[in-house]
Amino acid sequence: MNAYTGTADEHLDHDHGDHHGPAPGYLRWVTTTNHKDIGTLYLWFSLLMFFIGGAMALIIRAELFQPGLQIVDPHFFNQMTTMHALVMIFGVVMPAFVGLANWMLPMMVGAPDMALPRMNNWSFWILPFAFALMLATLFMEGGGPAAGWTLYPPLSLQGGDSLPFVIFSIHMLGASSIMGAINIIATIMNLRAPGMTYMKMPLFVWTWFITAYLLIAVMPVLAGAVTMLLTDAFFGTSFFNAAGGGDPVMFQHIFWFFGHPEVYILILPAFGLVSEIIPTFSRKPLFGYTSMVYATSSIAFLSFIVWAHHMFTVGMPLVGELFFMFTTMLIAVPTGVKVFNWVSTMWRGAMTFETPMLFALGFVVMFTIGGFSGLMLAMTPIDFQYHDTYFVVAHFHYVLVPGAVFGIIAGVYYWLPKWTGHHYNETLGKWHFWLSTVFVNLLFFPMHFVGLAGMPRRIPDYAVQFADFNAIATLGAFGFGFAQILLLVAVVQSILGGAKATGQVWDGTEITGGLEWTLSSPPPYHSFSPQPVVK
Amino acid sequence: MNPQPSVQSPAAARPAGARSPLRAVPASAGAALWSFLLATPARADWGLNLPRGVSEISREVYDMHMMVLYICIVIGIVVFGAMFISILKHRKSLGVKPATFSHSMTAEVIWTVIPFLILVAMAIPAAKALIKMEDASGHELTVKVTGHQWKWEYEYPGEGIRFFSNLGEASREARALNSGVDPFSVDNYLLEVDNPLVLPVGRKVRFLLTSSDVLHAWWVPDFAVKKDAIPGFIREMWTVIDAPGTYRGQCAELCGKDHGFMPIVVEAVAEDEFAAWVTAEQAAAAAEAGSADREWAFDELMERGQAVYNTACLACHQADGQGIPGVFPALDAGALTLAEHLQTVLNGKPGTAMQAFGAQLSDVDIAAVVTFERNAIGNDTGEALQPMEVKAAR
Amino acid sequence: MAHTADNIYYVPHTAKWPLIGSVGLTLLLGGFAAYLNGAAVGANLMWAGLAVMVVMLFGWFGTVVGESESGTYQSWEDKSFRIGMAWFIFSEVMFFAAFFGALFYARSLSVPWLLGEGSGATTHQFLWSAYTEFWPTNGPEDWGDSDFHMGWWPLPFINTVILLTSGLTVTWAHHGIKDGKRGPFILGLFLTVALGFLFVFLQAVEYKEAYHEGLKLTSGIYGSTFFMLTGFHGLHVTLGAIMLTVMLFRAIRGHFTPERHFAFEAAAWYWHFVDVVWLGLFLFVYIL
Ligand code: HEA
Ligand code: HEA
Ligand code: HEC
Ligand code: CUA
Ligand SMILES: [Cu+2]
Repeated sequence: MNAYTGTADEHLDHDHGDHHGPAPGYLRWVTTTNHKDIGTLYLWFSLLMFFIGGAMALIIRAELFQPGLQIVDPHFFNQMTTMHALVMIFGVVMPAFVGLANWMLPMMVGAPDMALPRMNNWSFWILPFAFALMLATLFMEGGGPAAGWTLYPPLSLQGGDSLPFVIFSIHMLGASSIMGAINIIATIMNLRAPGMTYMKMPLFVWTWFITAYLLIAVMPVLAGAVTMLLTDAFFGTSFFNAAGGGDPVMFQHIFWFFGHPEVYILILPAFGLVSEIIPTFSRKPLFGYTSMVYATSSIAFLSFIVWAHHMFTVGMPLVGELFFMFTTMLIAVPTGVKVFNWVSTMWRGAMTFETPMLFALGFVVMFTIGGFSGLMLAMTPIDFQYHDTYFVVAHFHYVLVPGAVFGIIAGVYYWLPKWTGHHYNETLGKWHFWLSTVFVNLLFFPMHFVGLAGMPRRIPDYAVQFADFNAIATLGAFGFGFAQILLLVAVVQSILGGAKATGQVWDGTEITGGLEWTLSSPPPYHSFSPQPVVK
Repeated sequence: MNPQPSVQSPAAARPAGARSPLRAVPASAGAALWSFLLATPARADWGLNLPRGVSEISREVYDMHMMVLYICIVIGIVVFGAMFISILKHRKSLGVKPATFSHSMTAEVIWTVIPFLILVAMAIPAAKALIKMEDASGHELTVKVTGHQWKWEYEYPGEGIRFFSNLGEASREARALNSGVDPFSVDNYLLEVDNPLVLPVGRKVRFLLTSSDVLHAWWVPDFAVKKDAIPGFIREMWTVIDAPGTYRGQCAELCGKDHGFMPIVVEAVAEDEFAAWVTAEQAAAAAEAGSADREWAFDELMERGQAVYNTACLACHQADGQGIPGVFPALDAGALTLAEHLQTVLNGKPGTAMQAFGAQLSDVDIAAVVTFERNAIGNDTGEALQPMEVKAAR
Repeated sequence: MAHTADNIYYVPHTAKWPLIGSVGLTLLLGGFAAYLNGAAVGANLMWAGLAVMVVMLFGWFGTVVGESESGTYQSWEDKSFRIGMAWFIFSEVMFFAAFFGALFYARSLSVPWLLGEGSGATTHQFLWSAYTEFWPTNGPEDWGDSDFHMGWWPLPFINTVILLTSGLTVTWAHHGIKDGKRGPFILGLFLTVALGFLFVFLQAVEYKEAYHEGLKLTSGIYGSTFFMLTGFHGLHVTLGAIMLTVMLFRAIRGHFTPERHFAFEAAAWYWHFVDVVWLGLFLFVYIL
């Protein structure tokens, strides 16, 4: 798609003080302004948080292995549910995407670095501190937040000492995300190589461009919502209290105005990754590039007007319920366009099945399954039956785990040789994929059944007729969790050594790839300075 | 489709005490899967799916659910089918040369328009059903349902009946952390209450739903009725039950520590049985009201107090009265005078989980529970409270 | 893209301030949280965090100003700053949107429901049958026991005039620097800053009056939305005025050229944003 024709003026390569290497020692990581270093930091942070959030999930699953309470008390269980979700969403998936963006966007658009390098450092370094504040609440008297990641009042206001810490932590996470998003927008708008028009940008760049707008639009709204929680709890306001003229449901509207676009923030970059990977390993250009861009934009636009599908059971006026049902169902159209485009890209290609491709294919199938259950949830009258049951849990884990997380893993395998200069161990990668796929379905598929049969979510103990499927899900959870250790092994091995990777890495990148493949593997510390020119 | 409504709740489907085959081999994934695969057809009563339920609406919802499910399955077969054909046939190892096409206007228009039409076809019945569900007019009985942490309160404004519905005692004992009681040995584990809601069949019942503290949600799958209970607001919903029977549900909105332990049980009975129940309840309430005017003996108060404590207070302040540090305080009678104690119980502590029990419990109950708390669970003040004193303090 | 390869994008080598900023932010917010929970160390941590933040801001902006004055930034970098500032302001707009959303929701939905309109019929009948008070309201339980309504006359109106005027003076200053006239530039900036602080002062007077009349943050939904919106706005005016003050001092020290004065422009954009938000407030909080 993007023909690379060398730098604009090869001999203008004068030294502007830019060709320095990284700072020595640990200071390199603390003070770095380099997009690759910061990308690396984000990705390691995300992996660490994945193990923490996953350990919490395993506590949840262990308690749910059998009916009866065996391991934790209900209050702690609720803390685990809440924290698991906050960690996975804000600590794993979002940072992983930002990490991938940091590493790849400048290389894909032919930029020297991110547009605002110092702020880039701050975006990252806020994260560990914010999570320190949040996780510290688990060790306070009364424990961490236990009202679910949605923080609905009035229950969240009973949160005790944890409440203000969690709120401020969310403020910090929001600030980090907004700065990260601004950086991405500025990089894309200002630092593209000459000749790289918007409609020549790789799709990962496009999806991130749109995601960044979503972030800037909704993270402040979340900040506003939790600020009102804070004042209701500590300063006597009555936003969410009917006695003073407010309404608890008002919080839900504001929260989901953030929350629904948020779930697309968690999936759009994965769409981009898959749209890079499938053409490469099909050795065929992406089908329907333009419609992919329009579909992504439509999804983003629609995401702002569907929020109340999370609150069908709060008793909105009928027109509201109808409106949100119709708009929500509509999202299936642009999403379908994406799925059909992926399948058409494979059609009559010459496919090979390296690990990134396997994860991308797994993504397409299992995300679509999650999308189907989403569509079922979108239908208000039936959602009355599904809402707040494990059917919902099954839905969102399908789009989030074999969806977003598989997308991230696919991206990591895809670019790992580019980053380290070494191929990872393909056999290990394939094992990782197959174990993950088998166990993830064992883990989440039975949740559809228990949900339909009537098991509510967010409960530490359940009636005995749900026992068998819960036992299976728990076995799947431990299997899936331990399979992820293979990812760690594959990454570490590839850092330490392995078969040398060429700049092209995969043979399919010749037909389809972006500018990142024109650089050596590993690429130089400073990507494109001066910039290449795209014809 | 089977026109006969299932009168049995899912919980009753497996005989009490029946052990799950899985429990014998909990550690082995292989065995678990195996027994699952072998057992599936024979154990349809397990519940893999929504119940068809016992109301016109619930059956409509069920049919719609199945329709959407089938549509998704068909689309899935088409999409995944095309994908797997590619995977099998269009692979490099078979020596294919990749095609180079990258767009087709016709194809894209088709797969935009067809899904859209499918969605329209799905949205029409959904909208119709929704309009019906939101119309509670013409109701023939009103029940006010109030959620509390963690129990339901039912009030029949027209009949002057009001009572609380708590988790059944057997379940309550079995659900404690490491209680040593096997949940499989408990009838309707976690789905049993002390006082079920009693409703007549065939009448349009309107529920007025609200909450006294946090959000709850009242849900009975067999009626396809679920709505959030919101403090300070009332939501309406309705049902017409077709067949007598016991129908079970659970609170469906996270409401704190014991969200998993506030089930709903509805006894649907014939009209005459319902009338008899109403009369009996009214008589019992009158008798109870009378008992508040007499002097109660200490032991009598303690015994009643224990029962009240177990249903109303134990969930937070715990069986030993020690609470949960940082969340629920220990009940240390030394720190409170009798009058303060009574005021706390009557009026609660606004802004905390401590509710105003004056609105929930009778004078006798309050006198009993305060007496109990001051002379048990680690306290020994010797002080007692009479129902008449409670009445005076209100 | 207009730039060519002789225009190498400036990438600073290292940055120490972000980490210090993170530590400061954590101390500030963690301390505040501890303070809210009644912990004795809370306030101390908070002030320490604030001090670190102030040092960080001076250090960071100091570095950037130094770089800017030494000509490190060309139009290419400048464009990144512009994009960054524009979208930062947009994020602030969305922050306000949350609070405006609360106001609209309460006025047009939750309060009418409590009064029995629409789907609120049974709510009113069974729970709040004595409640009759339309906006402004402190809720069915009469929170804070005050019905005081802050009218748009005189203080808010005067403040509107002040802010609008300050919008003009800052534009005047902008024309000054663009034409290379330092006099009008500095004077315009000075007037803007003065008007900004005057606005904040009058807002404080208004708050005092409100509290005197019994209208507090705790006066139900009217008090909540009133103080949240005006308070959050007042905070932004203060921030904007501080930014402009910094620009004023830089202007006096001879910074900025007719071609390159983005820092000033950024502050001016921010000021216009604060201005526009105020017009929304004036309309929706005071007049309607
Ligand atoms: C990555 C995250 C992600 C994604 C992408 C989605 C995608 C969708 N979600 Fe999901 N959702 C969540 C994350 C996500 N969701 C989370 C986290 C929750 C729970 C939050 C909480 O309560 O804690 C949730 C909850 C949730 C609910 C609320 C349920 C409830 O609480 O009662 C609803 C209801 O409408 C819903 C709907 C949808 C729909 C319609 C889509 C659509 O975008 C799906 C579109 C895709 C397809 C439909 C498949 C592909 C399409 C085709 C092959 C075309 C042809 C198809 C047809 C015409 C049928 N979601
Ligand atoms: C991106 C988001 C994301 C991801 C990746 C996951 C991943 C997982 N989730 Fe997720 N989950 C949510 C988002 C996510 N979840 C959300 C939003 C909710 C709703 C919360 C709410 O209701 O408020 C939720 C709720 C939720 C519930 C319902 C809880 C309840 O309602 O009470 C359950 C229950 O099974 C569950 C399980 C799991 C499991 C088993 C995984 C697994 O995929 C995790 C696998 C990973 C690991 C296990 C880590 C690696 C493991 C090891 C290295 C093993 C060794 C380590 C140790 C044992 C220390 N999650
Ligand atoms: C849903 C949880 C919950 C239930 C049920 C509950 N309480 Fe409480 N109780 C609390 C909380 C929380 C507090 C602490 C309030 C505060 O922060 O001041 C409390 C405080 C008290 C106190 C004051 C303790 C002190 O030292 O100040 C008394 C007495 C008390 N409860 C008695 C009861 C009685 C009697 C019952 C049952 C009839 C009961 N509680 C049921 C949550 C509960
Ligand atoms: Cu009540 Cu959950
Ligand atoms: Cu959503």
